[in-house]
Amino acid sequence: MAETVVFVVCALGAVASGVAVFVVDSMARATFALLASFLFAAVPLLLLGLSYLGVLVVLMMVMEMMVMVVFMIMYMMNPAGLMPMSMVHNKAGALTVAAVTFAVLAAGVLLVPWPAREGSPPGDPTLQLAEAIMGPHMLVMMLVGMVLFATMVASVVLSTPRGRYDRYGDDLRRPRPDDPIRGGVGR
Amino acid sequence: MTLEAFLLLAAALFSVGLFGALSQQSVVMVMMGLELMINGVIVAAGALWFFVSPERPDGQVLVLVAITAMAVEMAVGFAVTTAIFRARDIDMVDAADDLGDRGRAQEEGRERDREQDRERDR
Repeated sequence: MAETVVFVVCALGAVASGVAVFVVDSMARATFALLASFLFAAVPLLLLGLSYLGVLVVLMMVMEMMVMVVFMIMYMMNPAGLMPMSMVHNKAGALTVAAVTFAVLAAGVLLVPWPAREGSPPGDPTLQLAEAIMGPHMLVMMLVGMVLFATMVASVVLSTPRGRYDRYGDDLRRPRPDDPIRGGVGR
Repeated sequence: MTLEAFLLLAAALFSVGLFGALSQQSVVMVMMGLELMINGVIVAAGALWFFVSPERPDGQVLVLVAITAMAVEMAVGFAVTTAIFRARDIDMVDAADDLGDRGRAQEEGRERDREQDRERDR
């Protein structure tokens, strides 16, 4: 009973703060509304007994939103709500698409005969997950690792202001790169 | 708590995120919409694991992949935003539609101007 109450409160809270993200004026407030939505949505995971994944979502989202709020302020279209302006385009169309999507998904949720439950949850779901990604599902873990590494490289390459033409000249023939701070290979 | 309740929550989160991703003009707000959509996937995958096949770890692994997708989307999204803002001073998706119809029309207009310039030079 108590679990149901917690679930209902958190579900409503997650959706309400998700809506608030796109309603509030300030993008900084939108970031914190998104953080609230993620925290509310992590509680149902914890209710399912997924303590590791639930806590992972909470910790990651708190960190991510703290970083995100900095970017939000950097790219804010409407600083501190001082310049009231419309930040949306094609609102009616987007609303229609979203409503139709929700109707279709909800109809599927309620009409599909979901399979009966097979087996019971293990005593320690975290152990189950750990054994899976270090055993039969190791390919997933390896790919995730590679993707995260590629992300680090790609985000640095994309966000650095200096490219190879700045370093090696327009014809890329400069013997030594022209860097503000010398170092690295071939210094 | 039933599977349907969890999936309805996931569907609601997904739809709200879809509305944001479609309607927002700021690149950063579009990414927030995408995050909400992935959040819906996380809830749905966790619920399917618990209510359908708790003996197999597949649902949990899917949650892990979705969390990774969220982190990657955020990092690369901000890098792309920074790159396009540095290069062209753009922070709105409407200004970065070079591959869309309007962008193609602009490109064709520029092409026509260049041709007219060449004609005049001759």
